[in-house]
Amino acid sequence: MNGARTRQKVAFFVLGVATLLVMAPIAMTILYIIKNGIGAVTWQFITESPRNGMKEGGIFPAIVGTILLVIGTMVFSLPLGILSAVYLVEYARDNIFTRMIKLSVVNLSGIPSVVYGLFGFTLFVIFLKLGTSILAGSLTLAIMSLPVIITATKEALEAVPASFREISLSLGATKWQTVRHCVLPYAVPGILTGTVLSLSRAAGETAPILFTVAAFYLPRLPRSVFDQVMALPYHLYVISTQVPNMPMRLSFATGFVLIALVFLMNLVSIVLRAHFRKKKQW
Amino acid sequence: MVAEAIIRTVNLNSYFSSLQVLKNINLEINRNEILGIIGPANSGKTTFLRALNRLNYLDPAYSQDGEIFLANQNISDLSDTVLRKKIGIIFALPQVLPVSIYDNVAYGPRVHGTTQRKKVSEIVEDALRKAYLWDEVKDRLDLPAPRLSGGQQQRLCIARTLAVEPEVILYDEPCSGLDPISTAKVEDAMQQLKENYTQILVTNNTKQAARVSERCGFFLMGELVEIGETSAIFTHPRDKRTDDYVSGRFG
Repeated sequence: MNGARTRQKVAFFVLGVATLLVMAPIAMTILYIIKNGIGAVTWQFITESPRNGMKEGGIFPAIVGTILLVIGTMVFSLPLGILSAVYLVEYARDNIFTRMIKLSVVNLSGIPSVVYGLFGFTLFVIFLKLGTSILAGSLTLAIMSLPVIITATKEALEAVPASFREISLSLGATKWQTVRHCVLPYAVPGILTGTVLSLSRAAGETAPILFTVAAFYLPRLPRSVFDQVMALPYHLYVISTQVPNMPMRLSFATGFVLIALVFLMNLVSIVLRAHFRKKKQW
Repeated sequence: MVAEAIIRTVNLNSYFSSLQVLKNINLEINRNEILGIIGPANSGKTTFLRALNRLNYLDPAYSQDGEIFLANQNISDLSDTVLRKKIGIIFALPQVLPVSIYDNVAYGPRVHGTTQRKKVSEIVEDALRKAYLWDEVKDRLDLPAPRLSGGQQQRLCIARTLAVEPEVILYDEPCSGLDPISTAKVEDAMQQLKENYTQILVTNNTKQAARVSERCGFFLMGELVEIGETSAIFTHPRDKRTDDYVSGRFG
């Protein structure tokens, strides 16, 4: 009896320490970046273009570039990912063909991002002649995001009780009406979570945009989707490694802005999710 | 008066993969009657019920042969949506959608193309009245349906089915999760619906079949052992197995 209780205490202790160990690096990274960068984050820094070999001025074009890339990624990956997940879960019969598709989706998420970058470079930039452009970068990031969006959407759809579908079909609704009214609305919170997760990853990626869109130094804003842009992660890489005598605090400040941007996206998704959850409970 | 058959099954066999769950069922169901279907677990009652509106086919492993006629029309000539509009079903546990009472009932008419608000409201009220729920919910139609009690939810399901104006209503052990008072209310509703609808009641509760149905069929291991007047089935059944079951010797 006593032995069981002791063992339980030990188990709880080990589990608790493991959790702490997970949290520690995250907390430390964020605190470190805030501590070193926050001083350089001024209104000027956020709203001005870089000057004097990027050692002065701000990072406004990179912020705009990253936001544009996230929007572009969303435009391509969201409809494609969600629609294909709906097809896989609701329509596709279980056969060799669909199993192969599911396997490919899983495998795609394991491909390193630099490979996506090379692939995007050869397909979009060279073969489709899109050039290094927002369009090519967005498409590359979209392909990278697809597996996560598809997997998250699939799981969200599968979590909707089968009885909802039965009710709808038993009343004489068509398959599509059933999906549209009795499945998708209840999967929205889950889809949202997965989507935002993959988009925030896209916002922070350097490798896929390296060859497809990112500009080393371009202190003006893009005029069309065929223009290059600066982007925060690449800018961070450039100022940290390619520019001599770069003040460290500017790197940290850039990192801080990138994290804040991603955090903001997550915040929006949490609020939206709470809103949908409240409306659709079961 | 010669009763008119609304549903007729001819040599109906059903399978899940290689397992045969219905064996050569030949059955006629008369218009406006309540047919009780009794039998122990795994006797094929529910499969029979769900064969009538093809819900079994939601399971890809399902297959069947033989024919089913609805008002002399082979149901394989009807699309799923038309068939299921004509033959509605009430599931074992109250299955409500996590939306308002109103939207639950309005769902059917809406998917069948009734969009005019006034018309939908009329249908909703009419259906809730027929299911004996109107007086209990008329002041709170926008309440989420899952907040209703189990018995109310089951009557809401009946209302939802009535809202698409079916000809036949199938009940798959509709009171298995309900207390006696809620059960009585559901049974009351069924008695009132007899005037306009044909009803088939699958139940594990032989007493309920005795109370509610006019004719009764006994299923055992996928076979229809016996069908006849409910009073006859319960007082002097022709088959020994029926006798054993209704007198509680097994099942």
